[in-house]
Amino acid sequence: MPEIVDASGLSCPQPVLMTLNRIKALNKGEIEVLVDTETSKENVSRAAQSQGWEVAEVTESATGYRILIKKG
Amino acid sequence: MGQMKNFFGSRWGIISVGAFIGVLAPLLQKLGNPGNMGVCVACFERDIAGAIGLHRAGVVQYLRPEILGFVLGSLIAAYASKEFRPRAGSAPIVRFVLGAFAMIGALVFLGCPWRAMLRLSAGDWNAILGLLGLIGGIWIGTLFLKGGYNLGRSQKTYTSVGWLMPLIMLGFLVLLFMFPQVKGEAKNGILFYSTKGPGAMHAPIVISLIVSLAIGFLAQRSRFCTMGAFRDLILFRIPHLFYGVVALIAFAFLTNLILGQFHAGFANQPVAHTMHLWNFSGMVLAGLAFCLAGGCPGRQLFLAGEGDGDAAVFVLGMIVGAAFAHNFSLASSPRGVGPHGIAAVIIGLLVCSFIGLTMRQKA
Repeated sequence: MPEIVDASGLSCPQPVLMTLNRIKALNKGEIEVLVDTETSKENVSRAAQSQGWEVAEVTESATGYRILIKKG
Repeated sequence: MGQMKNFFGSRWGIISVGAFIGVLAPLLQKLGNPGNMGVCVACFERDIAGAIGLHRAGVVQYLRPEILGFVLGSLIAAYASKEFRPRAGSAPIVRFVLGAFAMIGALVFLGCPWRAMLRLSAGDWNAILGLLGLIGGIWIGTLFLKGGYNLGRSQKTYTSVGWLMPLIMLGFLVLLFMFPQVKGEAKNGILFYSTKGPGAMHAPIVISLIVSLAIGFLAQRSRFCTMGAFRDLILFRIPHLFYGVVALIAFAFLTNLILGQFHAGFANQPVAHTMHLWNFSGMVLAGLAFCLAGGCPGRQLFLAGEGDGDAAVFVLGMIVGAAFAHNFSLASSPRGVGPHGIAAVIIGLLVCSFIGLTMRQKA
């Protein structure tokens, strides 16, 4: 099961800050990030990729987006 | 829309938006806007505060269509790309106070981050102090962010809530056409106008509107943010937004050169003073307030256009802050800082620090 970072409803730069903190703590594995705006989705994806993580899947829900990032 | 969306979210997308603003802002000055104030968000919100009588500083009263265009352009972009998301409820009173102090800090320097960049690109070296202050304020803000500072979550809300700021701007636009400027008159109907000074200088309304609608549209798509540019660089070492502001400065510099608007030096710059410490400190306050609020003054307008009711509260805070700045003699003038400007900067820094230190989420 991926770790979950719930950044929904939080404005810039919290979603990226929370994602990068979890990336640093885990080093590798799977993280599911919940955000509610397109901007946060783009920012989280860009930040994850800058750390060498892959954006494996992005799904849209009624409240926003689920971004699955992973590093093997 | 898909391909276009990807483009503006890309590195070349943000660079092209910065370049677009960099060319058009000095052009608006050529067409009548005040010197080095092509699309200064703080200055123009201050002029709006004057136009509706919230302050009565006679030289800065004009219902600037650029601000209206920024919000409405963003609204159009948000609907075109299905990104209009009405949301509100994340510490509105804090955002209002941050908006007010951001404006006060900006008016001690005489310009927001947008104008600091336009001033630099036109050779006004006082802007170097302002930009250093901006970066310093943002750096302090990142320390609070690292310490757990958080404004809290917003909630999804009614569509009408997201429409309120665009509707206010539409209302202002109606007023502008109902009560247009009458040459030499300081008032028409309920709107105040400047007969001299920067408030009396403006490009034709239709051109200002078209340019600002385009900037609002593109900035919403690209997430252009003059504060986020430095914050992301300091906090995450991510240079994406920074490319946008570099492009703005570079293209504004070239445009100013071509238009003969580049005059290097510290003294006798348009709507500027040379009190270095307070150019720096005013922007420390503004940078800190923008950082704690999550966006530069332009970005707050674009967010308000895409349905963010909290960003709209920040905008209202800025407009009210401008009224305080002039009513309480906090704002600077080309002669130097206002009688109470220094006290206001110190109080603002204390208030922002109080907010940054106390709004911390426990790990």
